[in-house]
Amino acid sequence: MRMPKKIKRNYILNFVGTVLLFLCLFLVFEANVFGSRTEYFKGIATTACYTIIMVASLNLLVGIMGEFSLGHAGFMSVGAYASAIFTNALAEKSVPSFVLFLLALIVGGLAAAATGVLVGIPTLKLRGDYLAIVTVAFAEIIRVAFTNFQITGGGRVMAGIEKLSNFYWVFWVMVACVTVMYLFIRSRFGRTVRAIREDYIAAEASGVNVTFYKVVTFTVSAFFAGIAGAIYAHYMTAMIPTSFNFMYSAEFLTEVIIGGTGSMTGSVIGAAFLSALPEAMRTFAKYRMLGYSVVLVLIMIFRPGGVFGTWEFSLGRVIDRITGKSKEGRSQS
Amino acid sequence: MKRGQETVLKASHLGISFGGLKAVDDFNLEIGESELVGLIGPNGAGKTTVFNLLTGVYQPTEGAFYLCGEKMNGKKPHQVVAAGVARTFQNIRLFKKLTVLENVEVAMNRAAKYSPLAAIFRTPRYWVEEKEMASRAMELLTIVHLENKASYIAENLPYGEQRRLEIARALATGMKLLLLDEPAAGMNPTETAQLLDIINDIRDRFQISVLLIEHDMSLVMKICERIQVIDYGVTIANGTPEEIANNPKVIEAYLGKDDEEEAV
Amino acid sequence: MSIFIQSIVNGLNQGAIYALIALGYTMVYGILRMINFAHGDFIMVGAYTMFYTAPLMVSYGMPPWLAVFLAVVVCAAVGVLVERIAYKPVRNSGPMSALITALAMSLFLENLAMVLFGGNPKTVVKIFDLPMIELFGAKLQMKYLLTLGIGLGIMVALTLFVRMTKLGKAMRAVPQDRQAATIVGINVNRIITITFAIGSGLAAVAAMMYTSTYPRCTTDMGSMMGIKAFIAAVLGGIGIIPGAMLGGIIVGLIEILVKVYVAPGWYEAITYGILIVVLLIKPSGILGKNTGEKV
Repeated sequence: MRMPKKIKRNYILNFVGTVLLFLCLFLVFEANVFGSRTEYFKGIATTACYTIIMVASLNLLVGIMGEFSLGHAGFMSVGAYASAIFTNALAEKSVPSFVLFLLALIVGGLAAAATGVLVGIPTLKLRGDYLAIVTVAFAEIIRVAFTNFQITGGGRVMAGIEKLSNFYWVFWVMVACVTVMYLFIRSRFGRTVRAIREDYIAAEASGVNVTFYKVVTFTVSAFFAGIAGAIYAHYMTAMIPTSFNFMYSAEFLTEVIIGGTGSMTGSVIGAAFLSALPEAMRTFAKYRMLGYSVVLVLIMIFRPGGVFGTWEFSLGRVIDRITGKSKEGRSQS
Repeated sequence: MKRGQETVLKASHLGISFGGLKAVDDFNLEIGESELVGLIGPNGAGKTTVFNLLTGVYQPTEGAFYLCGEKMNGKKPHQVVAAGVARTFQNIRLFKKLTVLENVEVAMNRAAKYSPLAAIFRTPRYWVEEKEMASRAMELLTIVHLENKASYIAENLPYGEQRRLEIARALATGMKLLLLDEPAAGMNPTETAQLLDIINDIRDRFQISVLLIEHDMSLVMKICERIQVIDYGVTIANGTPEEIANNPKVIEAYLGKDDEEEAV
Repeated sequence: MSIFIQSIVNGLNQGAIYALIALGYTMVYGILRMINFAHGDFIMVGAYTMFYTAPLMVSYGMPPWLAVFLAVVVCAAVGVLVERIAYKPVRNSGPMSALITALAMSLFLENLAMVLFGGNPKTVVKIFDLPMIELFGAKLQMKYLLTLGIGLGIMVALTLFVRMTKLGKAMRAVPQDRQAATIVGINVNRIITITFAIGSGLAAVAAMMYTSTYPRCTTDMGSMMGIKAFIAAVLGGIGIIPGAMLGGIIVGLIEILVKVYVAPGWYEAITYGILIVVLLIKPSGILGKNTGEKV
C-alpha cells in the first residue's frame, strides 16, 4: 500500500517549497545583493542553520519527551571536537571536500550519540529538577575533560580546522535533520515518547519500555546536537571548550521555550529569528540576553507553550485554504 | 475455578511489606480462563497494592505469582504487560494531551513492527501498519462506545468516557488478564449499567479473565462469579457473591470500622 | 604535612562558604520545593552591593563589615521582588515552569548586572582586618574561623527558628500540603515571601564571607557557585538545614584536596561527579529520608 494521495501531495509541496526557498537564498547570495557583506550574511545563515538543528533536537527532548536538558551544548562540543580531530587526521589525504564534510558530520553525530547513551542511562532515572542539574553536571565534566586533553587544545583554542561548512551544504543538512526529526515524531515512536511525557506510569502499564525509549530519544537528540557541533567546528575553524558552557545551553533552552515546546515549526522559526537577532542588534548586544530572559519570563507567565505552542506549519493546509477545499479533522502525515 | 480450563493467574502467598508495615499478607488467588473475580474490601485494605504487585509496579517481598504458569516475580511493568496483564487506574491516568485514538494506539506499540528507518522513509510497511493500528484501535473504541470521539483530545472527555477510554487502552495491549481498578467510581447508575454491558461484551468477545476492584456493591454482586475480600492486607473471605454477602466477618469489616483514606 | 594542614584549612573555609550559600538554597527548597536557580545570582547581587557599600562604611569611619546589613536588605528586597514578579504567577504551573522561570531570572540578573556594572571584574575592599596565626606550619586566617562560626551560628538559629517559633512551624506546614495550610489559616503568600526574604538575606551574608576570601566580583560569579552550593545541599540532604552545612564542608574539603593532591585540572569535574553519584545512589542525601512515589 502506498501513502495516501493527500499526504503524498503534502510531502511534494513541502519539498518544492523548500527547494524554492533554497533557490531564493542561492540567488540572493550569488547575485551579490549584499555586495561585500555577502560572506557575512552567509555566515549568519550558517549560524542560523546549526542553531536550528540544536534547538530542534533539544525540542525533541524537552517538548516531545518532556524532560529537561541544560547540557545540550555539551553534546554539541563532543560533536565539534570529534569531527575536528577526524578531519585534522585526514588532512593530508586528498578526500573530496563534500565527502569529508559528510563524514565529519557523521563522526560528530555518532560521537555525541555515544556520549548520549552513556549520559542517558544513569541520568534518565531521575526527573525534573534533578535531571536538569545532572545534565549541567555532565556538560561541565565534558568541558573540563576537553580543557585537560591535549588533543582538544589543552584548555586553549583549537584552531586550524578546515572550513568545510558551506552554507549551501549546511542548508540541506539542516533540512534533512529537521525532516528526519519531524517524521520520527509523527510516527509510533513520537507517539510513544509523547505518552511517556504525559504519564510515564500509564505508559509502562501500556507495555512501553520507558527507560529504553527515554535513552533512545536522548541519544537521538544528542546525535543531532553532534551534527550541529560538527557544522560549528568547520565553520568557526577554531573553538575553545569554554564556549560550550552552561550559558550556551541555557540559550538553546530559552529558544526552545520561546519558539514553542513541541513545535518543530517554532524551533525552526524561533532559532532562525533569534540567531539573526544578535547580528541585527549589534549595537544592543549587551541587552540581548537581558531581553531574552525578560521574554522568557513573560512567555512562562502568559503563554507557557511558547509562541507557536504545538502548532505546526503545513503548506498543504495553506494551499487547501487558498483553493477553498474543506479540511477534515486532523490530517495524518 | 471452572473445571477443565487453564489457570490464568495464580498468586501464592503473595505479600509485600513497606518498612515495618505489611500492606499485603499471604494473598492467594487463582483465576481461570474467562473468569470474572471481584476484589473488595474497605478503603485502605490493600486492593490497589495487590494490583501494583500483579503488574510489576511493586516487587513482592514474599510469595510469588504466575501468569499461565510463568513466574512473574521480578518482571518490570512493561514485561508484565508483554506477558499478558493489563490494568486501569483508580485515579484515571490517561495521556491527557494525546487524542483518544492515540491513547489506544500507544498500547499497541509493542505489537507494531516497523523500524525507525521505515518511519523516516515512510515505507509501505509504515503505512500498512499505521492503518492497521488505527483500524484496530477504532474497533476497540467502538466496543466502549467512543468511536465518534476518536480525534478528541483525551483530557476534554467527560469523566465517564475517560474511564471507558482507559479500558479500551488496556484492551489494546492484547492481555489475557485485565485488572480493573474501580472502573465505576464516580459514575451514575446509567453509566454503571453501560459499563456492566461493556465488561460482559469484552468477556464474550475476547475470552479474557478479569479481576475487578470495586466499591459499588450492586455492580460487584451482579457481575462477579467469585469475590475475594481483604482487609488490612489480609484475606478475610472468599466465595460466591451470596456467600460473601452473608459472611459475618465481611459485614464487620465494612460496617464495624471507620473508613480510612486509601492513599494510593 | 603542613601542605596537608593548609589544604584542610583552605578546604574548611571553602566548605564554609559553600555551606552558607547552600543554607539559603536548602531553606527555599525545603519550604517551596523549588530549586531557585537564581540563588547564586543573589550572591552576586550581594557581592556587588558590598563593593559599593563597604567603602561607604569606611568613609564614614565605620568597620567595612557593617556594609553587610545593607547588603542583606538589598538582597532580601531583590529576592522578594523576583518572587513576586516572576515566581508567583507560575507557582501552580508545574515544576518545569518554575525551573525555567528561575533560570530566566538568573539570566536576567546576570545580564542586568552586566549592563549596570560592566564586564570588568570589581574588587571589593578588605572587609576584615583579622590576624593570621600559624597552626602546625599552616597559615590559618582568623576570618576562616569567622566564616565557619557564622555558618554554624546561622544553621543553629535557622533550625531553632523553624522548630520552635510559630512562624517556623507555619513554614514547615506549607510544603506538606499547601491547601491544608491555607485552610488552617496560614497565609501561604506571606510565608513564601518571608522564606524568600530570609533565603536571599542569607545570600548577602554568604556574599560577605565569599568576598572576604575572594575579593573579585564578576557578573557570572553566581551561577557556577550556585550550582556547586546546590550540589552541597543535595549531598547533605536537600531541604535539611544541617545537611547544607555538612554538604558544604564535604564538598569544600574534597575540592581543595583533589586540587592539591590528585589532579589540579580536574577538581571541578570531581565535584560534579559527586553530584551525579549522590543523585543516583541516594538522592535524599546523607541526612535525608527516602520517600517513594505513589501509583
